[in-house]
Amino acid sequence: MIDQARYETLAPRAFSYPLVLIACVLLAGVGAYCALTMEHAGHSITGMNNHVVWGLPHVFAVSLIVAASGALNGATMASVFGLAHYKPVARLSIALAMSLLVGGLLVLVLDLGRPDRLIIAMTTYNFRSVFAWNIFLYNGFLIIGAWYLWMMMERRFNQYVPLAGRVALAWRIILTTGTGCIFGFLVGRNALDSALLAPMFIALSLVMGTAVLSLAIIALNRWTAAILNEQLIDSLSRLLVWFVLALVYFSVVHHVTNLYVAEHHEIERFTLVGRFSGVFWIAHIIIGAVLPIGILVYKSISISMHIRLIIGSVLSLMGGAALLYVVIIGSQSTPQSLFPGKTVLSSSFGDADIPAYQASIWEWGLGIGGVAFALLLCLLLLRVLPLLPESLTATEPRQ
Amino acid sequence: MKPTPSDQNKAVSARRSFLQRLGLLGAATAVAPALLPAISRAKVTALKGVSDEQRWGLMIDTSKCATGCDACVRGCHDEHGISSTGNEHTDAQWIRKIDLQDNLTGQESSLPMMCQHCDSAPCVDVCPTGASFKRADGVVLVNKHTCIGCRYCMMACPYKARSFIHEPVTDQKSLAPRGQGTVESCTLCVHRIDADDDLQPACAVSCTEEGHSAILFGDLNDSESDISIAIAKHDAQQVRSDLNLNTGVRYAKL
Repeated sequence: MIDQARYETLAPRAFSYPLVLIACVLLAGVGAYCALTMEHAGHSITGMNNHVVWGLPHVFAVSLIVAASGALNGATMASVFGLAHYKPVARLSIALAMSLLVGGLLVLVLDLGRPDRLIIAMTTYNFRSVFAWNIFLYNGFLIIGAWYLWMMMERRFNQYVPLAGRVALAWRIILTTGTGCIFGFLVGRNALDSALLAPMFIALSLVMGTAVLSLAIIALNRWTAAILNEQLIDSLSRLLVWFVLALVYFSVVHHVTNLYVAEHHEIERFTLVGRFSGVFWIAHIIIGAVLPIGILVYKSISISMHIRLIIGSVLSLMGGAALLYVVIIGSQSTPQSLFPGKTVLSSSFGDADIPAYQASIWEWGLGIGGVAFALLLCLLLLRVLPLLPESLTATEPRQ
Repeated sequence: MKPTPSDQNKAVSARRSFLQRLGLLGAATAVAPALLPAISRAKVTALKGVSDEQRWGLMIDTSKCATGCDACVRGCHDEHGISSTGNEHTDAQWIRKIDLQDNLTGQESSLPMMCQHCDSAPCVDVCPTGASFKRADGVVLVNKHTCIGCRYCMMACPYKARSFIHEPVTDQKSLAPRGQGTVESCTLCVHRIDADDDLQPACAVSCTEEGHSAILFGDLNDSESDISIAIAKHDAQQVRSDLNLNTGVRYAKL
């Protein structure tokens, strides 16, 4: 399938473009400062401790990584499933996916206790570790993404785009499975020890990726002064609804099956009616699922589809992040059951207590800095490479 | 002067040869990082004389462990130069005391909890760089030079037995190097047991000095050792035996 549409670099006409660029640079700078401070002073300045060892930076990092995998869906729709109305945004989809992944990895790396030892992580592997597999999966995603984009941009190689699309689709499914397995393989933590986390993370990636891609398309459409393709907006809206439903399905099955197992009752009580119930029910279920589905499905509400998609995307992003907050931080806040049938009377390390976790400003700064860096990288890619169609309405091949 | 077909063939051949060598170099570069640590580990193991003939472990007799006594914790901290940072949530916890009550009988017990030196250690499995490793004699350790501080081992440990160093560390002891931004846990006092077969881990020594003798150290592979006999006699249990980790620390009368 030869792509004959004309593509151009981002030539912003709107005043908001330099403002966004400056904001991204400033926030990325704040993130770098926070990371440097954390490395210098130690993690004691964060809210993380020896009970809650992974905190808000991990919620940001995993959100960006799964969103990266899902954002590639725009290109997949065009190259693998042959949906022509996705073709104009296919290049943007790849650039966005690669940028989000780099942003997520940056947060993850800068939160390490020893980020200066990154070279060790890149050269010394324990192949029994799902974390080590993920290093290969992330690097592979970037290489495959670059190859996919090259096949699209070089007309001589356009014939290989469907092949690259299929390889990228398979790779991102494996990648998101691997990310889910980072948590699902933790046999010692009853809240996480479940194979269901892998498909749940795939659904989560599709929700967050589609939401980010939708917001990017609508924002860029404003800057490039093109009229948005209604078919694309309609398709993204319907996809987002289905993906949110899939995510809720896996989330519900995960908790219902846990409720069936007696040893998981305490964890479920903790999540569903305990300290994290507000985040789970209000943020994940109501804000992240019920409201976006309602807004996107019930057309009787008199607002345009653009606005519906913007609101639906923002809400589902919040819901996805809330789910990750429950999965990552909630699971660590549950007391680990070491002695079934016994009550812990006292412990010098708070074995009976629910550990408190309050994210510090440094963690917020690092996480937001990672998001800003991802957006900055995407804008730079759009500025230097011809990734945007002359008009986002260009679904028909043009000479 | 125009190149002849022979010159062109030579050039193609030279280029092919160069590319082949480049490929070999690339393959060697890719494989070397995986092989070198294995080779260097093998040498270190041979020099230290650590072998799988022994499997070091502990047995805790909870009926002898006194509620309110933390001699083992103090002994461990003194031995390894661990002091409080002022924040109990970020303090290193190589060993901690837990008091329990049985839900059915109401019987109370007290015990120390530390790294269980699992045979199938989850921390070793998940460590991306292999910094968490198990010696041939069953002691689970952290290589402080290759730990990147990702804390995945802490997420994986069912016993909450690992600590991340959140603050700069001062006044370290040479026998127990520690480092900000890395993970650490009970080493079973390898510096003592490697130096002399008669030396015991600091926690066991402190417990004995306190008059409780609740912690017994020895070779689990030797069926005639005191620890093996005691484990068999008391039918000592593993904590979270459902995980089937084959722990090196067993608890009697739990």
